[in-house]
Amino acid sequence: MDFPLIWAVLIAVAVMMYVLLDGFDLGVGILSGFADDDAERNRLTASIEPVWDGNETWLVLGGGGLFAAFPLAYAILMPAFYLPVLVMLAALIFRGVAFEFRHKAVRTVTKKFWNGAFFGGSLAAALSQGLILGAFVQGIEVEGRAYAGGAFDWLTPFSVLVAVSVTVGYVLLGACWLILKTDGATQVGARKWARRALVGVAVSMGMVSLATLSIDPRVTARWGVTMATVDFSTFVILAPIPAAAVGLVVWLWRDTAPTAIGKPDWRAFVLAAGLFLTGYVGLAFSLFPYNVPFAKTVWETAAHDNALGFLLIGAGVLLPAILVYTAYVYALFWGKVTDKDGYAAHG
Amino acid sequence: MEIDALILSRLQFAFVIAFHILFPAFTIGLASFLAVCEGLWLATKREVFKRLYLHWVKIFALAFAMGVVSGVVMSYQFGTNWSVFSDMTGSVLGPLLGYEVLTAFFLEATFLGVMLFGWSRVGNKLHFVATSAVAVGTTISAFWILSANSWMQTPQGHAVDADGRFYAVDWAAVIFNPSFPSRFVHMLLAAYITTAAVVLAAGAWQVLARRGAEPTRWQMRMAAGTLALLMPLQIWAGHWSGEVAHEYQPAKVAAMEGWWETKVGQPTILFAIPDQENERNIAEIGIPGLGDVIVGGEKPLQGLDAFPAEERPPVFLTFWSFRIMVGAGLGLLGLGLWGVALWALGRLDRPGLFHRLAVPGGALGFIAVISGWVTAEVGRQPYTVYGLLRTSDSVAPVSVGQVATSLLVFMIVYAIVFTAGTVYMARIAIRGFDDAPPDETRRAPGTPLAAVDAPAEAPAAK
Ligand code: HEM
Ligand code: HEM
Repeated sequence: MDFPLIWAVLIAVAVMMYVLLDGFDLGVGILSGFADDDAERNRLTASIEPVWDGNETWLVLGGGGLFAAFPLAYAILMPAFYLPVLVMLAALIFRGVAFEFRHKAVRTVTKKFWNGAFFGGSLAAALSQGLILGAFVQGIEVEGRAYAGGAFDWLTPFSVLVAVSVTVGYVLLGACWLILKTDGATQVGARKWARRALVGVAVSMGMVSLATLSIDPRVTARWGVTMATVDFSTFVILAPIPAAAVGLVVWLWRDTAPTAIGKPDWRAFVLAAGLFLTGYVGLAFSLFPYNVPFAKTVWETAAHDNALGFLLIGAGVLLPAILVYTAYVYALFWGKVTDKDGYAAHG
Repeated sequence: MEIDALILSRLQFAFVIAFHILFPAFTIGLASFLAVCEGLWLATKREVFKRLYLHWVKIFALAFAMGVVSGVVMSYQFGTNWSVFSDMTGSVLGPLLGYEVLTAFFLEATFLGVMLFGWSRVGNKLHFVATSAVAVGTTISAFWILSANSWMQTPQGHAVDADGRFYAVDWAAVIFNPSFPSRFVHMLLAAYITTAAVVLAAGAWQVLARRGAEPTRWQMRMAAGTLALLMPLQIWAGHWSGEVAHEYQPAKVAAMEGWWETKVGQPTILFAIPDQENERNIAEIGIPGLGDVIVGGEKPLQGLDAFPAEERPPVFLTFWSFRIMVGAGLGLLGLGLWGVALWALGRLDRPGLFHRLAVPGGALGFIAVISGWVTAEVGRQPYTVYGLLRTSDSVAPVSVGQVATSLLVFMIVYAIVFTAGTVYMARIAIRGFDDAPPDETRRAPGTPLAAVDAPAEAPAAK
């Protein structure tokens, strides 16, 4: 069995799960900065409080899984992203504790501080994840078995562009989640935010796609597209991915129109998730088989086969179980949030 | 000493892990305490256990959140600061940490939501299942991470490939390596003891503040009983850990004991200032010969002179952290026995010297846990994988500037976040028992207690 390949797929799926799940709750965190008043802010946070910790665990699985399955990739990438990882961790700390601290603070200043920490932490986490993704896609300098670039290689116009697009993407997911979980004025507001974010996503996704094509000749060859020419016989096979993205953008635009009330509330979220999926699959196509672009492949960085096999047994049994009980908890907290939900009501 | 990325990375690792372990030490014990309270409530239908649950679950939620966020930091430290170590050990340690995520972290994190917010959505039995899932999750988590750490202390079941990287040849031997059983038992007991000390301290405060209610009485009895029961077991488990360390890491034990010379009739040293440079103790006070009795094994017992200087751990830290742990343990034993005696005499609910000492005594468990880990980890230096991979060969190729920045950032962030968290937890702990189930009126509005932690604005639609 080709264990490295199986693990590459598994970790890609774990990271995808993370992006979709923590993506919407980071997006809600960013939107909380724009809430009308504290009651609305409490509703926003209550809609994610029962699930955010489980969502973040996919990030731990992504990191832990990378260490387990591709130790060399982990050992090269982490030092390469040292500073953005630091920012991400600090941001996640502030945001994670702010869920509760904002309700425990007695004085108005401390309350404001933790509200700000929740918003700022969510925003900084989203931006730093985007910077990491951008830096990953543009390629890593490697010598032997170690990172050989500088401390700020991750900071380029391209990575900044990716950071912005990931962040608006998270806002889109968050807004669509709120369409599902809230009603009344909050839901109307969420539709507005979803449309604004959708414009941002459409523009930035297009720009990132074009820029990606100029990053490495191998990427261009895979898509059959350069800035100047198109090799249709290659492009045709992959064309459904961008085509699906465009279709989803249009559908989502119509589903979030103010007049669209009456459409099922869950659909916008599913469409937004689908849009993320197209971007993700597109990237995966561009980069495979590298997991340290464009220096090391999944086979070069893999752990020993017996380690991959040993953990695969566990993953085979446990991942389905995790998906089942995660789905159970989501179903348990299904429905619109009320003022009786969340820490605001449970102390 | 020169300030380089290595020394800063070591400082940073010691700092973030020491902060992290404070929370697991408390949440592992508290999760089990909550499961016991809820189980007792279901079994006896006595309201007091539900009140205990609803009170402590709020503190648990805060501690757990801080445990999670400081834990996420840990899982990235290996890569950012110890990348060479990650590359070398990934095929052995990676799957252990992977299993921790799959078997423990998802379970804890997912059912935590049900535990905190599920009261009105699931039945009592199912809610108890959720609490138990969290408690079991924390224990499984300790299992895997301690297995990983113990393998680094006493590696076995592995081989080395052409690139010099470790890989497993026998997973059972890797997981159940020689120092794992004793370390797992010692750490789990440490978690229960730490929690009991905190619960006792909160109860003692309430008694001193004349706020004792029925749940206060129960929590003090449970905590004092736990301490009196578990501390003797802990001393036994500690002795077991010492025996294992003596067999596999004799240099660590020599440093712990402050023995410089190999000889028959090693003393048990009560006080000394180890002087690593001149290989001697200053101002030593000890009981000659007792060391031989406690440690046992063949004579003569090895001192540090049996190991070349570059194979010795830092003696001062190892020596003193060990004494602080044992001292804290004796203090906890004393509190437990005293508490149980007062209980027998019917005086546990009346303020007195015991209560005044029990309040600061709430910190003893944390002190013992930190100093215990310092003993274990500093004592195994200069290696990360004992005898096989040096700490100096484990570090990542990152610049001094980056590590200095991250260390500074972590210190500032942790100072803010954990100070606030401690204040919020303490506020709830000393407030007493005004908690009611979430759907009922929580407390009479306008009472003095309502002001203590009432949110700045009342939740709408109450
Ligand atoms: C949870 C409680 C723990 C505490 C308080 C702790 C504490 C420490 C301390 C103080 C050091 C520094 C020793 C020195 O540099 O002289 C250290 C080193 C180290 N520990 Fe731990 N440790 C803990 C658990 C673990 C675990 C579970 C692992 C791995 C699975 C681990 C891996 C390491 C590594 C890789 C080093 C070498 C880096 C260094 O020297 O700082 N530790 N630890
Ligand atoms: C009073 C008698 C005690 C003795 C003789 C004792 C002995 C030891 C020894 C020898 C070690 C080092 C093990 C190694 O490096 O392999 C150790 C570590 C440790 N101790 Fe203790 N201990 C005692 C009390 C306590 C108490 C009361 C606590 C906490 C409440 C505690 C918590 C720890 C922890 C967390 C570690 C590090 C993990 C480990 O290596 O097991 N100890 N202890």
